[in-house]
Amino acid sequence: MIGFEYARAKNVAEAVSQMAASPAAKFIAGGTNLVDLMKMHVERPTKLIDVSKLPLDKIEETAGGAVRVGALVRNTDLAYHPLVEKRYPLLSSALMAGASQQLRNMATVGGNLLQRTRCAYFYDLATACNKREPGAGCDAIGGHNRMNAIFGTSDACIAVHPSDMCVALAVLEAMVHVTGPRGERVIALTDFHRLPGDTPQRDTNVEADELITGVELPPQGFADHYTYLKIRDRLSYAFALVSVAVGLEFDGSNIKAARFALGGVAHKPWRNAKAEAALIGQPASEATFARAADIVVREAKGFGHNTFKIELARRAIVRALSQAARGIPQSQSNKKIA
Amino acid sequence: MSEPAGLPIELHINGQKRALTIAPWTTLLDVLREHLDLTGTKKGCDQGQCGACTVLIDGRRVVSCLTLAVTKDGASVTTIEGLAKDGKLHPLQQAFIDHDAFQCGYCTPGQICSAVGLIAEGRAKTPDEIRELMSGNICRCGAYPNIVAAIQQAMGQQS
Repeated sequence: MIGFEYARAKNVAEAVSQMAASPAAKFIAGGTNLVDLMKMHVERPTKLIDVSKLPLDKIEETAGGAVRVGALVRNTDLAYHPLVEKRYPLLSSALMAGASQQLRNMATVGGNLLQRTRCAYFYDLATACNKREPGAGCDAIGGHNRMNAIFGTSDACIAVHPSDMCVALAVLEAMVHVTGPRGERVIALTDFHRLPGDTPQRDTNVEADELITGVELPPQGFADHYTYLKIRDRLSYAFALVSVAVGLEFDGSNIKAARFALGGVAHKPWRNAKAEAALIGQPASEATFARAADIVVREAKGFGHNTFKIELARRAIVRALSQAARGIPQSQSNKKIA
Repeated sequence: MSEPAGLPIELHINGQKRALTIAPWTTLLDVLREHLDLTGTKKGCDQGQCGACTVLIDGRRVVSCLTLAVTKDGASVTTIEGLAKDGKLHPLQQAFIDHDAFQCGYCTPGQICSAVGLIAEGRAKTPDEIRELMSGNICRCGAYPNIVAAIQQAMGQQS
């Protein structure tokens, strides 16, 4: 690891002022992604500001029926919290589909939002990567791109955001609370991550001097009709090739509310408003789900090795919508696809 | 990079208070192995992918290779060396022997510490759930069926 200074923040205000004084610093909490990237010399902060002991580790119901999750809540603590298991089982399921229990015990909500792509070229300093070094080029395009994006790509970058948690949060339409030198603000999860465009070095719309303080989960939790279906190379502890988070509500036998998001296929959790709208008022049938899936995948673009993901995504969407409609969510321990 | 000013930290390792002065980039794994000569905790991938370096911090299993020691000032750490009590093996250590749950043994300290955490969590009931919640520990010898059997034995003793 390249040397750096270290400071512990006593409170949120001190963390923000320490960052303002050291623009090349990084906040550290769980460290599961940042320490790894620092060992690889991909991240080279001059200073780490330790926010891990700040009092942002609570899960609380708000007056309006939402649930506020502190940025430092560990992934396991969030997944296993009774309120989350009962009202937001989709979120619990997605969290348990990601990483290993050791990493979930370390990783925080804020860090999960900010985790960086696992694109092999981003990690390999001997190759060109516009995300790591703007203007260098993208060796994933035309390279080994089996894990890369099929939606929302640009000529500069075809990386995917690796989070499972964020895919569920996109369906739940969570709100991210941040604070910084210019005060506090709230960013919708669906606007939080960016598409690469010509600035792939920027993963999110949080500024470098801002600190995530928490995530708010709106009351609608889709607890009766949800699933998180993750397709990957191994049965456990692997990043998604394609994942699908679904939340449905029914009026009799017809779909009243529908949201679904894809992971492993884009620079952000991928939603498609037209496809969701096509489900409303329809009966839960294979034909209905296939129509929605077709709307999503007609915008897909493969890059060779990852072109199989287009058909995989189409089928995964149909299967996931069917699981949610039947009220039989995918188990994260018995891997037989429901 | 010039030699850093070390930072003072205190860790409670296997019940013993240890005061250390370390550079901020020192991982907990390196503190254990290089500074304290507790070499039972193994360095496998050093990237958080293999689980060989698993220890318990304040009772929860984590990978020590991605833990910067300075961030754990004041914490309690349990390593494989801290599991046996009064000359008697921990039930999981005994179960791993009973079930021949290893070949080369390199992943074993991490497997056992991880299983201690697994049992404390109380979430895994079935073999499927044990396999899923132990997936952060890789065994390149492929002793997985015996590892699951060993964990089941220890669970049965403790329940």
